[in-house]
Amino acid sequence: MAVKKTYEEINEKIRKGEAVVVTAEEVIGIVEEKGYEKAAQEIDVVTTGTFGPMCSSGAFINFGHSNPRIKMKKVWLNGVEAYSGIAAVDAYIGAAQLPDYDPENKVFPGRFTYGGGHVIHDLVAGKQVRLEATGYGTDCYPNKKVDTIITLDDVNDAFLFNPRNAYQNYNCAINMGERTLYTYMGILKPRIGNASYSTSGQLSPLFNDPYYRTIGVGTRIFLGGGIGYVAWHGTQHHPNVLRGDNGVPKVTAATLSLIGDLKGMDPNWLVGLSYIGYGATMAVGVGIPIPILDEEMLRYTAVKDEDIYCPIVDYNEGYPYSKPMELGFANFKELKSGKIKINGNNVVTTPQSSYPRARQIAETLKQWIKNGSFELTQPVAAIPSAESDIVFKSIPERTPNGLSFANGRARR
Amino acid sequence: MKNKIVCYFSTSQSEQPVIYRLIKNYDLIINILKADINSQKEGYLVIELEGSPESYEQGTKFMESLGIIMEPLSENIIWNEQLCIQCGACTSFCPTAALDMNRDTMEVSFDNAKCVVCGMCLDCCPTRAIELHFEVKEAV
Repeated sequence: MAVKKTYEEINEKIRKGEAVVVTAEEVIGIVEEKGYEKAAQEIDVVTTGTFGPMCSSGAFINFGHSNPRIKMKKVWLNGVEAYSGIAAVDAYIGAAQLPDYDPENKVFPGRFTYGGGHVIHDLVAGKQVRLEATGYGTDCYPNKKVDTIITLDDVNDAFLFNPRNAYQNYNCAINMGERTLYTYMGILKPRIGNASYSTSGQLSPLFNDPYYRTIGVGTRIFLGGGIGYVAWHGTQHHPNVLRGDNGVPKVTAATLSLIGDLKGMDPNWLVGLSYIGYGATMAVGVGIPIPILDEEMLRYTAVKDEDIYCPIVDYNEGYPYSKPMELGFANFKELKSGKIKINGNNVVTTPQSSYPRARQIAETLKQWIKNGSFELTQPVAAIPSAESDIVFKSIPERTPNGLSFANGRARR
Repeated sequence: MKNKIVCYFSTSQSEQPVIYRLIKNYDLIINILKADINSQKEGYLVIELEGSPESYEQGTKFMESLGIIMEPLSENIIWNEQLCIQCGACTSFCPTAALDMNRDTMEVSFDNAKCVVCGMCLDCCPTRAIELHFEVKEAV
């Protein structure tokens, strides 16, 4: 008889401590041993994980008020500007933001030793952080300047809200040019000197639910060592792309927007990163549990590295100038082996995403579910899947002069 | 010939234009890798010294005559396991596999004995978990 389970049935088993939970690595061996049907009957939840650089991350913070009160126009945390064009003492610190004094790439390649991701890490680590803010003064908010020291405990609210995380697949970056490139995919040596990739493959959340049957708005997840939720599909979500027979996209596809309480997170799972010549960012730990509702879900979660492909992209001309080039695909099992073949030559592979840490996340999430502290949630809304007709857009090239744009200034 | 050496200065020596004389009088190519002078004006200089064997010998004799102590450079790469997130990017740049990845566990390890201190790993580590240390004695 075909396997059918509901979220409620699985949660009931979790509450009783009877749920069978395995990681997305372990499920592969179980399927090989017992077959899909038997494995689907036995397994209730498969846990996934990924830990890699995710630039589109950041945190909303409410600092509480100074006395007298202030409407912050500009805010800096350890010298890194946070966006404050929202309510008086709210701000958003972005992971890729740099301090105003950073020399950037003026001496190339720049070092980018500190940025928004490092600020978030320091806050979560309980470190003291300098808060500077300026305002212009109003009747209700007379104060014009704040310069003090805060910790995460001192602020009213701090929650991570990442517009684009957990990319379903990513480019394998190479450099077909004649000089070393410094990119967000790390250092790329000239004449295809290495091939850089960033995914946890068979452990990666969205490879294990390729059509987002169980991952949707409201899904409870492991985020930064604490609890988070899927808030929306992420920016640049583009699910209607080329897929393999197993449903796994062969190019960049879905993304997730994630939210979670920063105060419950762990500095080991939110780590500031410095990419030489590129900028600062943050490694974010994400783990998503996948309920085995039926055999189809089990088949998805049993995906193996050798069945996952990512597109090879040139970062000398192809990517920066959006030049179409057909360079083929790299297989994830080969990428993990340390070298791949491109044009018949062996090319060393450079990982950007941490596989051991991804494994640790899947394992942690498994323990949370097993000990009953983490129950599954049914999505309250689905995110667009393969049948959608999303068109990937670029900035239009238009001439601004000649047209009378009010720019808001004409308003009275 | 070409060598990396550490030169230790005392207060009086640090006031002399030693590098200028090495270049001007002994035709040596000098690359200053690191230098530090403390508040008592004692300090050290890590340099790469390059030139013909004769000028190299004469240049080092000149430094000896000033009382500057010279020692071959011993550098160390320090891998800070606590900061490392195990991405493994460094292992693809390490020419001697001193930084290496176990392909089963995908975990990174560092073998100091294999390290030639080329410094390739320093730039590619996104958590700055790898540091270059010069082994320098207390200033003379």
